[in-house]
Amino acid sequence: MGERLVIDPITRIEGHLRIEVEVADGKVKNAWSSATLFRGLEIMLQGRDPRDAWLITQRACGVCTYVHALASVRCVDDAAKITIPDNARLVRNLLHGSQFLHDHLVHFYHLSALDWVDIVSALQADPQQTAKIAGEVSPASRSGVNDFRDVQNRLKKFVESGQLGIFANGYWGSPAYKLPPEVNLLAASHYLEALRQQARTARMMAVFGAKNPHPQTLAVGGVTCATDLTADRLAEFKYMWQETMDFVNNVYLPDVAAVAGFYKDWGSIGGTTNFLAYGEFPENEKEPDSLFLPRGAIFKRNVAGVEPVDIGLIEEHVKHSWYEGDQALPPAKGETKPKYDAFDVDKRYSWMKAPRYKGEPMEVGPLARVLVAYGKGNEAVKKSVDGLLKTVGIPQETLFSTLGRTAARALETKVIGDAMEGWITQLVENVKKGDNKIYQSFDMPETGMGTGLNDVPRGALGHWIEIKDKKIGNYQLVVPSTWNLGPRDAADKLGPVEEALIGTPVSNPKMPVEIIRTVHSFDPCIACGVHVIDPQSNEVYQFRVV
Amino acid sequence: MSDRKGSVEQRLEQRGVTRRDFMKFCTIVSATMGLAPSFVPKVAEALTSTQRPPVVWLSFAECTGCTEALLRTTYPWIDTLLLDTVSLDYHEALMAPSGEASEKSLHETVTQNSGKFICIVDGSIPTADNGVYGMIGGKTFLGIAKDICPKALAVLCVGTCSAYGGVPAMAPNPTGAKSIQDAIGIKTVNIPGCPPNPINMVGTIVNYLLFGKLPEVDQLGRPLFAYGKLVHDQCQRRSHFEMGEFAPSFQSEEAQKGYCLYELGCKGPETYNNCPTVKFNDGTSWPVQGGHPCIGCSEPDFWDKLSPFYKPI
Repeated sequence: MGERLVIDPITRIEGHLRIEVEVADGKVKNAWSSATLFRGLEIMLQGRDPRDAWLITQRACGVCTYVHALASVRCVDDAAKITIPDNARLVRNLLHGSQFLHDHLVHFYHLSALDWVDIVSALQADPQQTAKIAGEVSPASRSGVNDFRDVQNRLKKFVESGQLGIFANGYWGSPAYKLPPEVNLLAASHYLEALRQQARTARMMAVFGAKNPHPQTLAVGGVTCATDLTADRLAEFKYMWQETMDFVNNVYLPDVAAVAGFYKDWGSIGGTTNFLAYGEFPENEKEPDSLFLPRGAIFKRNVAGVEPVDIGLIEEHVKHSWYEGDQALPPAKGETKPKYDAFDVDKRYSWMKAPRYKGEPMEVGPLARVLVAYGKGNEAVKKSVDGLLKTVGIPQETLFSTLGRTAARALETKVIGDAMEGWITQLVENVKKGDNKIYQSFDMPETGMGTGLNDVPRGALGHWIEIKDKKIGNYQLVVPSTWNLGPRDAADKLGPVEEALIGTPVSNPKMPVEIIRTVHSFDPCIACGVHVIDPQSNEVYQFRVV
Repeated sequence: MSDRKGSVEQRLEQRGVTRRDFMKFCTIVSATMGLAPSFVPKVAEALTSTQRPPVVWLSFAECTGCTEALLRTTYPWIDTLLLDTVSLDYHEALMAPSGEASEKSLHETVTQNSGKFICIVDGSIPTADNGVYGMIGGKTFLGIAKDICPKALAVLCVGTCSAYGGVPAMAPNPTGAKSIQDAIGIKTVNIPGCPPNPINMVGTIVNYLLFGKLPEVDQLGRPLFAYGKLVHDQCQRRSHFEMGEFAPSFQSEEAQKGYCLYELGCKGPETYNNCPTVKFNDGTSWPVQGGHPCIGCSEPDFWDKLSPFYKPI
């Protein structure tokens, strides 16, 4: 029996997460992932107008803003049998593309970089050397000696003020940090630069989305931004897209490659076994055939043998979650009743359920999407994956790791960003020829069922609706972070993040930076994951509080 | 004074902010707060003071949308706000340390700056069953709020959840979620919105830095500089309303012409906010400009009282 270590709260994520691990001989032997907030969105949706659902589900999360809006309008479109106009599909794709670009940038620089980059060490760097390294890895501007000296002086002044703010009590100086001071300064400088770039990238979404976070131009049946499909707005969008892609190509990708070169051992830490992608970005009305990123499942790391996905084989387990019973059920038949009794990792320890596909835990997200696309021969993905592996000098099996997950996120940022140019061009062509259709009117059916499958920055996202008397009868969400961060299932199989943590080194339990690295590589979003409440009855729940 | 001015300019330049950029922000903030142009230099000074006021940001039953909104501030940029304007000593979504080390940051600043720190809260507080639906470090949100909030100089509730209950308090409110004011019985300044515009968050902080006090508020605790007027009264489509020119559908000639969205359910006539004048994301757009009705997201209980959203008032 090893030492138990609890990290609560896990910071630099969306929401409230607790991780408990058992450490022996300097390595994680066992792990438990617990979501510690429960809101109960689904019950709030019952009885409401299905057209309002997207506005409510969008508020599942403000980090993955837009994605629950998209999933929701798609499931109601499906239930009402609406085929949205081509322009609406393109605008929805462009908004989603903007979301990916923004989300992945913020994740790398602001939510995860401090696990790899020692900001304090950057104070010791020689700015001249940093400029030299920067010049070798990328043609990015703002990379001269004076630029890096300015950043260093700014950080020095900040440290000398004695008010360290968000950087106070970080794990600075931990032996787990491997970057030389000069590379730390490079990354610290880009941490600050990315803080500004993300605000500019978010503006891109606001052009056709009206605002970010929580854009407000979707509607069941299409989109509403009628007066924004003009030459100047299209040009404005394209300008911001170009600016972001310059940052992705010249800063984000080179940084990931540079940092990865110093952490090659993380290519064998933090891997999982099975992967699921719903696929995303419809190129016409045919799904999933027309999806730019394909749908598929991979078992036992067999990338060459991507299987088709049968949604009917998804079940959610509750044996280790704070819900009544221990039966696994498909999402559409969810019968769970919240029941908190006690926090006990041997019994029940999370507000998340444990989704399984064919009875197996599945990792979802950038790595799953990249592996499925690679396995299905997507040229853009193949080219960028092989290119990065070659640049860093690591073999293909290192993809199944914390490093691989981080790299996959960067790679798909570029692949999706590049694809956006085509959608912008198509939208321009449509508008040019006078096609201004953005919305399909419809009659809400008395009854109906609808599914909205999406692949969003954090992974496979499904919304299910049942319409009764033109109102929401039942509504279910099965979200990426539940797949990745959910607890054990009925057969006591570990969830993906729990599996990934096994074998993670812990050099100093007081500074658990290695554990946080792997947890962050999944980009946890806990508010999304915990939303479930009894969809069948509106009874008052009995909670035994100890 | 002139030395000080010179140093402000130098420091701004060091940060890559041209004086012109910065004064533009100060002008926007001053105008948003309804201040005379003569206040512009004072706003600049307040924002560049050497002592950064300690700020603690507590996140309860929330979605992090309010934090994301704060990150969208452009005048000043968020890095300036973090490194030069305030000392953000606790913020779970942004801070470097986790677990015990992060708790240490919270307790250090609350102890050292008791009665002096600004507490910003997003998210409401689940109060049913002793608050068991939300926990951090084994403590309930309710317990944390009761411990930390009363020690603050002021509590700013950012977003409709902390201000009025918001999403978690939507009917039938399964977790007994309440606003900070209702959950722990203290007075708060409320900056509602789902999420609020960052310029209203920053504007409130600047008011404090400049005048040493919080801005004037209405009976719902909202700063008047941002929430003093109806959306409807400031809307660019208002003339269409007066002319009786309404869009009957999102796909219509009238929608293409930018007619009033009243018949599609716009809640602008019942919502107090400055969205039409300030707009979002550095003035890029706002919902009605994007062709979608206002849903009244800064009004108390809007999820229940103002829905269904596509039904005219």
